[in-house]
Amino acid sequence: MQTICLKTDRVVNDTISQMQVRVNKEAPKASHTGHPITTLRRGEAGILDRIELPEHDARRLMEMGFLPGHTIVPARSAPGGDPRVYQVDGSEIALRRETARHLILR
Amino acid sequence: MAECHDTTTATLPPPSSGRTRHVVAIVGPPNSGKSTLFNRLTGLHQKVANFPGVTVEHRMGRMRLDIGRDVFLVDLPGVYSLEPRTEDERVTHDVLKGEMKDLPRPDAVMLILDSTNLGRHLALAAPILSLGLPTMIVLNMADDLASRGGKVDVVELSKQLGTSVALISASQGAGMNKVIEFLSGATLGMKPKPPMLQLPVIQDIPKTRDWASNIGRRTNYRAPAPPIWTRRLDGIFLHPVMGPIVFLLVVIGVFQTIFAGARPLMDAVADVIQVSGKWMGQALPDNAIRSLVVDGIWSGVGSVVVFLPQILLLFLFIGILEDSGYLARAALIADRTMAKIGLQGKSFIPLLSAYACAVPAIMATRTIENKRDRIATILIAPFMTCSARLPVYTLVIAAFIPEKALLGPFFGTRAAALLGLYILGFLAAIVTARLLKSTVLKSARAPFVLEMPPYRWPTVQSICLRLLDRSRVFLRRAGTVILGVAIVLWVLANLPLHDGKPPEIGHSIAGMVGHAVEPAIRPLGFNWKIGIGLITSLAAREVIVGTLGTIYGIEGTSQSEGLQAALRHDLTPGGAAALLVFFAFAMQCMSTIAVVRRETGGWRWPAIQFAYMTVFAYVFAFLTNRLISLFF
Repeated sequence: MQTICLKTDRVVNDTISQMQVRVNKEAPKASHTGHPITTLRRGEAGILDRIELPEHDARRLMEMGFLPGHTIVPARSAPGGDPRVYQVDGSEIALRRETARHLILR
Repeated sequence: MAECHDTTTATLPPPSSGRTRHVVAIVGPPNSGKSTLFNRLTGLHQKVANFPGVTVEHRMGRMRLDIGRDVFLVDLPGVYSLEPRTEDERVTHDVLKGEMKDLPRPDAVMLILDSTNLGRHLALAAPILSLGLPTMIVLNMADDLASRGGKVDVVELSKQLGTSVALISASQGAGMNKVIEFLSGATLGMKPKPPMLQLPVIQDIPKTRDWASNIGRRTNYRAPAPPIWTRRLDGIFLHPVMGPIVFLLVVIGVFQTIFAGARPLMDAVADVIQVSGKWMGQALPDNAIRSLVVDGIWSGVGSVVVFLPQILLLFLFIGILEDSGYLARAALIADRTMAKIGLQGKSFIPLLSAYACAVPAIMATRTIENKRDRIATILIAPFMTCSARLPVYTLVIAAFIPEKALLGPFFGTRAAALLGLYILGFLAAIVTARLLKSTVLKSARAPFVLEMPPYRWPTVQSICLRLLDRSRVFLRRAGTVILGVAIVLWVLANLPLHDGKPPEIGHSIAGMVGHAVEPAIRPLGFNWKIGIGLITSLAAREVIVGTLGTIYGIEGTSQSEGLQAALRHDLTPGGAAALLVFFAFAMQCMSTIAVVRRETGGWRWPAIQFAYMTVFAYVFAFLTNRLISLFF
């Protein structure tokens, strides 16, 4: 497992990409690489690679469980598919499509 | 216990008989059952308070320990982290660091976590433990954990974290001894343990999460199986067809309950007020004092208390929806529609309730976490055609619009007019929402994130305490303002005295004001008599019907033929239409103003709302008068 040394007081200014520390052993589905989680079908698992949002928003999502390296499974949704519930890190969190578009799969 | 003198700030009551105050803060993520635990520990000895300068509500309670000591519990808002970004997090952060005005640094902290989701929730333990306060980690929902095949080694976890850990079920009351032990220990002034464990860099969220996972692994935490019943129920509640149907039924249920269900209760309360008022009046000599007490103060009190059935019923409904977990699903279904006007799913139920009455609806916006969305919802709620407008609409429509069938026997010109007014209110709300959300209340593009908690049975105790709590808040805050205004209006209508008797309404202060504003309202087609009505309707919209009756010397009910005839003689069709439009758009309910002040924590927003709606109403009433006068 890679670890990156981070200075405490500089952490909040570092970009999100420096926080992606886990290298996961599972081979990602090649067809979904680089695509947002909205391309997953209901019940289909994917692994989050990165969140392409401003830091403030990305942190909020990570606190809720959308962490790079973790598995995400789309579940049910409102009629029309937006917003959709995602099973992530032991919880079920609903996101609008406009946000989920920025969560990119490994 | 000496009641807190001031319920507006977070001050503690003064210590009684030499006891020192010990404060324990209760913190944790949302949906961890924090409130249930707080209720169980404090019972009725709790009150809602506001931190100075913020609109975040919190609860403070007292728990009497057998040893003859008291411990004060502060229930902090549910947060996912301690980083001071949202107002909730800032408040929690400040309280725990002892930087909150009027509140000393807590002697100890209880962190409540959901034991079925330990991996993620334990990440919050890192910043809490780094504070260096005596801490107890309370793992809640032990019953769920066990029934779903999960397991946690409390002893090992306690060793790993270097702090007390307890496994409880707050809803069932199991495992509370350790918690109580910790609380009594807190009052003995425990010295904080030096941090003996490696804490991760707290701002690095993935690392903190990994740290939590490692702790879980080292203590052989077995995560429970996924919640089967929640998945099954969501198969119905979030089904593409069944979901909206259930949603519609719930919506109709809420609406019907407030509209129809509350009515008998409200009538009963109104009767009690009236009867007791008469009875009281008999005990007093017939003079101005009696009129003040009975017509002013007592009926003022009555106009406050009469809201209670609606508030209680609405909050009972919302309490069940929220505690069971269904409210999140309803907000999900409503979100797309609400997003189109710039709001979000959680605004739906409050706006719907506003069709019955804006007062409980505005109180119900507490479920909306996003502060700007919440204020926007509060500001547009009074545009929804509330039930108090109906007597006015009915009177004016009956007086001026002849009944003619349009679509068969059920839908005639009068019903069309009424529907038109409902639609007008709705459109005004939408336009205002879009305006607000694209200018003054523009959200900082915060992503919409809504957690779907597992379904749980609501506990009777939690719901009852919540109802008690909401009533107390309403009666104390809104009630005092409403009563104050009722007395002022009584004074305006009953002074100056002529030979010790109240004046005819045209000669009262209200009448003088009515004459004075007549030039301003003449362009709308109104005269001074309507002017008086507009002033008295500031108390409550339907009051104008009674006032007009008094002015014309006819018994004022909206069905009264005499009153309709009098209006027809005195108002032009343009003026009548303008009056309807004015009532559709104007902010004429001091109870609403009082509640908005309470829920937004100041006079700024109610003032803005009042000004905006008054101008809105004036302009459109003016245009309506001009337009209709061209044709009729």
